[in-house]
Amino acid sequence: MKFTRDTLKTHRDSLRVVKARTTVLVGMGTCGIAAGAKAAFQTLEKAIADKGLQDVVLKRTGCLGLCFAEPTVEVKNANGTSTVYGNVDAAFAERIVTEHLATGTPLTENVYEQPAADLFDEDAAPLKQMRIALRNCAIINPEMIDEYIARDGYAALEKALFEMTPDEVVKEVTDSGLRGRGGAGFPTGRKWMFTKNTPADQKYIVCNADEGDPGAYMDRSVLEGDPHSVLEAMAVAGYTVGANQGFIYIRAEYPLAIDRLNLAIKQAKECGLLGEKILGTDFSFDIELRLGAGAFVCGEETALLASIEGNRGMPVPRPPFPAVKGLWGKPTVINNVETYATIPMILLKGSKWFNSIGTATSKGTKVFAVTGKIKNSGLIEVPMGITLREIIYNICGGIASGKKFKAAQTGGPSGGCITAAFLDTPIDYESLQSIGSMMGSGGMIIMDEDDCMVDVTKFYLEFTVDESCGKCAPCRIGGRTCYNILDRISKGKGQPDDLQKLKDIGHAMRKASLCGLGQTAPNPFMSTMKYFEEEYRAHIEDKKCPAGKCKDLLTYTIDEAKCVGCTACARRCPVSCISGQVKKLHVIDQSKCIKCGQCYEACKFDAVKKG
Amino acid sequence: MSKNKLPDELLRFIDEWKDKRGNLIMVLHQVQEHFGYIPREVAFEVADLLNVPVAKIYGVITFYHLFKLTKPGRNRIAVCMGTACYLKGGEDIILELERLLGVGINTVTPDGEFSMEAVRCIGCCGLAPVMTINGEVYGNVKKAELTKILKKVKGGK
Ligand SMILES: Cc1cc2nc3c(=O)[nH]c(=O)nc-3n(C[C@H](O)[C@H](O)[C@H](O)COP(=O)(O)O)c2cc1C
Ligand code: FES
Repeated sequence: MKFTRDTLKTHRDSLRVVKARTTVLVGMGTCGIAAGAKAAFQTLEKAIADKGLQDVVLKRTGCLGLCFAEPTVEVKNANGTSTVYGNVDAAFAERIVTEHLATGTPLTENVYEQPAADLFDEDAAPLKQMRIALRNCAIINPEMIDEYIARDGYAALEKALFEMTPDEVVKEVTDSGLRGRGGAGFPTGRKWMFTKNTPADQKYIVCNADEGDPGAYMDRSVLEGDPHSVLEAMAVAGYTVGANQGFIYIRAEYPLAIDRLNLAIKQAKECGLLGEKILGTDFSFDIELRLGAGAFVCGEETALLASIEGNRGMPVPRPPFPAVKGLWGKPTVINNVETYATIPMILLKGSKWFNSIGTATSKGTKVFAVTGKIKNSGLIEVPMGITLREIIYNICGGIASGKKFKAAQTGGPSGGCITAAFLDTPIDYESLQSIGSMMGSGGMIIMDEDDCMVDVTKFYLEFTVDESCGKCAPCRIGGRTCYNILDRISKGKGQPDDLQKLKDIGHAMRKASLCGLGQTAPNPFMSTMKYFEEEYRAHIEDKKCPAGKCKDLLTYTIDEAKCVGCTACARRCPVSCISGQVKKLHVIDQSKCIKCGQCYEACKFDAVKKG
Repeated sequence: MSKNKLPDELLRFIDEWKDKRGNLIMVLHQVQEHFGYIPREVAFEVADLLNVPVAKIYGVITFYHLFKLTKPGRNRIAVCMGTACYLKGGEDIILELERLLGVGINTVTPDGEFSMEAVRCIGCCGLAPVMTINGEVYGNVKKAELTKILKKVKGGK
């Protein structure tokens, strides 16, 4: 049925009259499913039926953000309390039903602190996390539009269409201080204004769901857990700038997100919330998906538009900016998934509210995907201005296996590292930039003392070299040259002036590259060379890798005192370079050793030394 | 070139998308979904049907990592080499798989059973290291489990 303004309201009210009952939510994003959420769901379903439990609702939702404990199940008790269980396998799922649900007393095992109790309770202090973009993830069933509508879904669109002029929407978004969450941090309101003020017979709204930064997955989580929030915001943008067609450019690597978006679009059309004459007004807006095909550079906006047009995804120089001349030459608003997901809340709660969160220049919240050597890896949404220390040690439980924190990399292959000296710097767009990193899309990779900065930097360079589209020389040739230099440094063949060379080429790439990919590609080595110069020097001058990561600089030796002559190492060695008889000392022939580390792993007596 | 070589399903898709702008990449996805790669003769037929030069089609295919020009194995293994997985030992998983399968990366085993490639982040970084086999995601992969997983996948087909 197609809603009008009035029927949407009555429908929403009717959805809200629910009687108090127990709800069981199973996080079924890609990662939850990979960890076994389907089995947990089926067991819960069957056990609830077997026990004949009435008044228990079983729901699939998006991801809760506790990636380290997937699959997760949250039980919302009828009395308002709730328990989050992690690592729920089939057996434990059975116990949730037979013990917790049947008796009403929560289990004590596998309970994970609700990702800060303050998540859903805004009065609780101190506020560590705060969910705006992720507000519905893990709460609603993303496959049912009613659940979104019940939580004020499409109320922002309704408000815009019936109570606000396009200028007022632009003003509200501008006043909120919202900046793009896709990397560059451009003020969203200004972008919309440019497009609105450019006269054209056709305009487009594009959502950038390419999420190319390896180590970031907040966009996937939003699309899988709350697809309607993005659709609604795109429609608002369409109304604001005068566009009737939207495209979501999504990477083909996200099949579940694609399915959920397709379903959401279909449902929204059936309800008259997308398509012709939305809510009975004269405004029509349609959204189609376009799939990426595995090219990082297509996250860059001009390359992305080229890809939607069906071409090779090569960037073009800006200006003109897409806001003025974009898809097929028409004015085009292009924003990131998280940016869109934030918009409905700004319209509903007002720009003042949003503007009061965050720092002087960066307002609102940011979602970070915290991964790497962190104890509780996962997705968190925190107010801008939070410190890295709070993120790592308070929210994410510190470094895994108790090792020492070395650095956090933000901004992915375009970013830089944050060292221990900056653990207490409030994080916002400007502060990260001033220390040589960047906000990027919110991937945050935590590294400990076992990680070698030369090795990681080489990894990033390999990525950008591979992903360079090759159109401009500074990026194509400069990137390759820098990679070669880093490669030889990691192999102990670095030359004394290599660091200076990297700096010189880096400066040239920053200045002369055509698009953001090449301009930012030097960031990883510029930043690590600044903060970890000794580590580079150790590779170049002493031919040593202090972290013990760069294979070519390692030597494996056997400790005479510890070797018992069990032959385990010699049997594992793929190049047969270990000699020695049973119960006699074994010796590694260094000239043949390929440093694969198999002997190191095979030895049960700790006799093989790496150094 | 004869038009009856393409399966109906594909022809219907192409027909539906024919007049939409920017349809080429969507069509190529569909072709790859069907064949597992983009066979040369199909690329020529698509060129005919969409009325675009073959050169343009190959321009696009070779630009994007996802499009393949050769037939993959019956079971397609993709090991993530995104940052999180790299730090958590993604490379070791690749080396171990190469050892177990006896072929290098981007190669099909002689029996046509498996092929393996390295891919960028698949968005499950919290479960690093991660790999997918035929689209199904395996998280927290351990080297020691690989033999078992391969056996199961091969047996399941
Ligand atoms: C090499 C490169 C890759 C990018 N990748 C992405 C991406 O994956 N997702 C994204 O939203 N923005 C990405 N961007 C930023 C976009 O160009 C653009 O700034 C963004 O989509 C604008 O949306 P926003 O203002 O909402 O952030 C990338 C930029 C560059 C230079
Ligand atoms: S880095 Fe492997 S899934 Fe993201």
